[in-house]
Amino acid sequence: MVETRLQVEALEGWYGESHVLHGASFTVRRGEVVTLLGRNGAGKTSTMRALAGIMRKRKGRAVFDGNELLTTPPHRVARLGLGFVPEERGIFSSLTVRENLMLPPVVRSGGWSIQDIHELFPNLKGRDTTIGTRLSGGEQQMLAMARILRTGCDFILLDEPTEGLAPVIVEHIGHALVKLKEKGITVLLVEQNLNFARSVADRHYVMEQGRIIDEIDNGSLSSHMDKLNRYLGI
Amino acid sequence: MTELFGVPIAVLSGQVMIGLINGSFYALLSLGLAIIFGLLNVINFAHGAFYMLGAFVSWGLLTYGGVGYWPSLVLTPLIVGALGAVFERTMLRRLYGLDHLFSLLLTFGLALALEGIFRWVYGAGGKSYPVPASLQGVYNLGFMVLPIYRAWVIVASLVVCLLAWVVIEKTPLGARLRAATENPKLVTAFGINVPLMLTLTYAAGVGLAGLAGVMAAPIYQVSPNMGSSLIIIVFAVVVIGGMGSIMGSIVTGLMLGVLESLTKVFFPTASAITVFIVMILVLLMRPAGLFGKDK
Repeated sequence: MVETRLQVEALEGWYGESHVLHGASFTVRRGEVVTLLGRNGAGKTSTMRALAGIMRKRKGRAVFDGNELLTTPPHRVARLGLGFVPEERGIFSSLTVRENLMLPPVVRSGGWSIQDIHELFPNLKGRDTTIGTRLSGGEQQMLAMARILRTGCDFILLDEPTEGLAPVIVEHIGHALVKLKEKGITVLLVEQNLNFARSVADRHYVMEQGRIIDEIDNGSLSSHMDKLNRYLGI
Repeated sequence: MTELFGVPIAVLSGQVMIGLINGSFYALLSLGLAIIFGLLNVINFAHGAFYMLGAFVSWGLLTYGGVGYWPSLVLTPLIVGALGAVFERTMLRRLYGLDHLFSLLLTFGLALALEGIFRWVYGAGGKSYPVPASLQGVYNLGFMVLPIYRAWVIVASLVVCLLAWVVIEKTPLGARLRAATENPKLVTAFGINVPLMLTLTYAAGVGLAGLAGVMAAPIYQVSPNMGSSLIIIVFAVVVIGGMGSIMGSIVTGLMLGVLESLTKVFFPTASAITVFIVMILVLLMRPAGLFGKDK
């Protein structure tokens, strides 16, 4: 049995007064790529933000490598090895590419060197002094992933990495994800693009109205397509 | 040639020098305000009071402790910064989630309280602070005489301002500061202790005001209201330079200091309102300020 890295139980969350997570429960094991699928507003991004500590009003449990995430101060979460790549990418417009890359502190050894990063994302090479937000959308996505890889975090919350990107860039991000997996990095992925999700993931959870309503193994995905299409409203 | 536009060169260059002195203090103070506003989103009305506090701490160190100007130049900003940190930790931080107006009122209240306390203890009259022995005397430049202490103030504050700019724009620490200004939650999620950064930033900002206070002590009277008479102009400088712009504060501070004192030569009655006329013009034509970024 592979070790469980993240165990989420009955997670509830609020944006101010609005209750958006209604008891989501799921697990992620070491070395897996697990996706959260679901329609817009199902609570996928909220789940990520709750785990990363950006959403502050939460209830339930989330145990990460034996640590209670919900009672950990937000600036200590990354130190546990949990890296966050937000949906909007979060590239800083007042920082250069280099400064963006170097911003998150290294939290443990085993982080990627700049050379490793440039090998994985050649587009970032030679762009050090460019303002972060002058990069194309795809390059910003690469930068957002690269800066987390540098920190040595080995569990990545990756929120919609392919959103709004051209097919060739999506393919590039997909290759990168496969390489991360080969290096033993665990990924919780939010994804709208089902073809992309099935090309990289081991398991899928389906979310609806702030809960997990189903779990599907990637191997048996094709036999569940009808059900899945109904869930996702495709 | 001894006249320019009908004004003797000596008078003109003397006025420029006074302008640069005033401008140096505008720059130091508005720099601190800009840093604090940028990261904390707090309009720090207590800034002038911390400047006054700096002058009084420096005066007190000398009068009661025999601590001279040079050690005071280091000690006073540390003391004022520490007091600022205590204020931020115990009071100011409770208001971050609320409208700007609350922190503005709190810092305004603190300014009034500090001024009141000092007026009560020391009276409204000024104390004088001697120019340090090593900086007494004048340089004779031929066309004018330049007191050494004043030259020192201009150079030292320029160096401090540029140093602050380099730290903010060119170092990893500054990158964290800029990132936290843009998106504090994400920076926190990266493992950076943003609340601590806010405290240190506030301490650094008011520490700069304290430093300005030490440098001002030998030039102006050390008096309880020295801050409040300056702070309104400094706020105008921040608005003209662009809220939160570091370089904007420095350049605008010096520029307006000179402009204001040149107005004294050519149109004395208008000199008190020059800065505000410039502010109105800038707000009409470039609401984000000369160096500000449009949002």
